[in-house]
Amino acid sequence: MMPLTELGLRAMIGTVAKRVIEHTEQLTALDAAIGDGDHGINMKRGVEAVLADIDGLSTKSLSESLKAIGLILVMKVGGASGPLYGTLLMAFGRELCDAPDRAAVTKAFGAAVQAVKARGKSDTGAKTMLDVLVPVLQTLETGGDELAARVRTKAEQSAAATAPMKATRGRASFLGDRSIGHVDPGARSSALMIGAVCDVLEERREP
Amino acid sequence: MNVGIVIVSHSADIARGTVDMVRQMVGDNVPLAWCGGNPEGGLGTNVEAILKAIDLAWSEVGVAILVDLGGAETNSEMAIELLPDDRRNKVVVCNAPIVEGAILAATEASGGASLDDVRRTAEELSPS
Repeated sequence: MMPLTELGLRAMIGTVAKRVIEHTEQLTALDAAIGDGDHGINMKRGVEAVLADIDGLSTKSLSESLKAIGLILVMKVGGASGPLYGTLLMAFGRELCDAPDRAAVTKAFGAAVQAVKARGKSDTGAKTMLDVLVPVLQTLETGGDELAARVRTKAEQSAAATAPMKATRGRASFLGDRSIGHVDPGARSSALMIGAVCDVLEERREP
Repeated sequence: MNVGIVIVSHSADIARGTVDMVRQMVGDNVPLAWCGGNPEGGLGTNVEAILKAIDLAWSEVGVAILVDLGGAETNSEMAIELLPDDRRNKVVVCNAPIVEGAILAATEASGGASLDDVRRTAEELSPS
């Protein structure tokens, strides 16, 4: 992977933010089913704050930009997803050098996923964003051709696979068995953002 | 100097009401601050507001935070991590019911107890 240029970083931030904003209502509807119905609006508020600073964020190094975006999400998203996504990106940025190869990205993402587990005191199987992040990490670790496409598919499938799970962490856990049958909103927003990153990487064909 | 108390609820009404109860039942010699609700006026918690509340209730002997549900705890822990180095280890989240915990913690704090003792007293209410 080549270092992301300023244009690349700007495309990445813009595409991810737009994807979240386009799905505000879907995320809110998923959250209304098993949570408190604010995930869409919370995420929208967060990415709009990121977009407001896109000029500054896209001229930073990749590492510094990720840390800064993470901090904005921590401050603006609220809920539990603010600190969780903030922790993911801040840890990712902290672990990443400025011109990472695929192995370095995978290693840094692994550390970031670990940080989310610690922040949320959770792991896979609890019907959370970790049920997308961990399978995506495993796909990255496997490597191979067409990686962006496979990561996107894995993220989508993993989010859908949270539907039959029973929530044991987060607000949905209060519902017990009644959480079964709904896709987890955090898993869904994770898959959306990972999918958007994959789209940009594929379009730019950065080897 | 007494330990400060911060109330973090998803509801501004609950947070403000809890502070009212503490003031009335314990008095004014404990630094006290609250936050609750999202920027749109709905339910929620956020790190920015928690950091402000910690600042308002700041005491050199420490600050104990009482929270309600999941996100309040996650956001409070995140806020503590973002504090300057010289403050970070002087703030704790108590694993206790928010109203009862706040009153017990403030009662203990008003007698000049240490941060550890304030937390332990509040947490005596929690099923282990």
